[in-house]
Amino acid sequence: MIAEIVITALLVIAGIFGLVGSWGLVKLPELMTRLHAPTKATTVGVGAVLIASMAENWRTGGGFSFHELLITLFLFLTAPITAHFIAKAHLHRKVAPAELPATASGVAWAGQDGARPASAPEAASAADRP
Amino acid sequence: MIPYALGFAIGCFALGLALNLWQVTRAREVPDRVLALDTMVINVIALLVLYGIAAGTGIYFEVAVLFALTGFLSTVAYAKYLLRGDVIE
Repeated sequence: MIAEIVITALLVIAGIFGLVGSWGLVKLPELMTRLHAPTKATTVGVGAVLIASMAENWRTGGGFSFHELLITLFLFLTAPITAHFIAKAHLHRKVAPAELPATASGVAWAGQDGARPASAPEAASAADRP
Repeated sequence: MIPYALGFAIGCFALGLALNLWQVTRAREVPDRVLALDTMVINVIALLVLYGIAAGTGIYFEVAVLFALTGFLSTVAYAKYLLRGDVIE
């Protein structure tokens, strides 16, 4: 009985978080804010689904399975990496180096490779592209 | 109790998938579309696992693992292409 309540609660939480993530993707105004919704809310939703699946498997007598834990771990590792890559691509394509605040370490922002001069971004990007 | 919760979760993720599809067609920038497609992959993984719970089989976890791997790789390849103009340099 308690297992059933826990599984039901996990499934409802997962549905709400997944829907909030996808709704945030549509609603938020620009790419940098939009990155937050799928990488946080949706990942938690999927994690809750997978834990519910583990619990259901255990409840119905199938033993304790680690497959779901594998998917959860993989998703929790890869979501920040994909978000970082998309943010880098956005910075590279849309944001001029002069618009960004200075970094504390003297190294340029991610996606703005090296010390590219703000005045001639076209020439520099043409030079370091194959 | 569990079948109702399963139906609710499947409905939520299906609605999320439809919203993502709308975002793919609506977005103006390419990174936006890549982000929407990545979210679609995550929602499809959730739907696969939910269907696996409903059907009572474990075969869908293998599908979900493969989907997670291909989704991650394709997103990284897209971002790399946008960033460098090439996938493997």
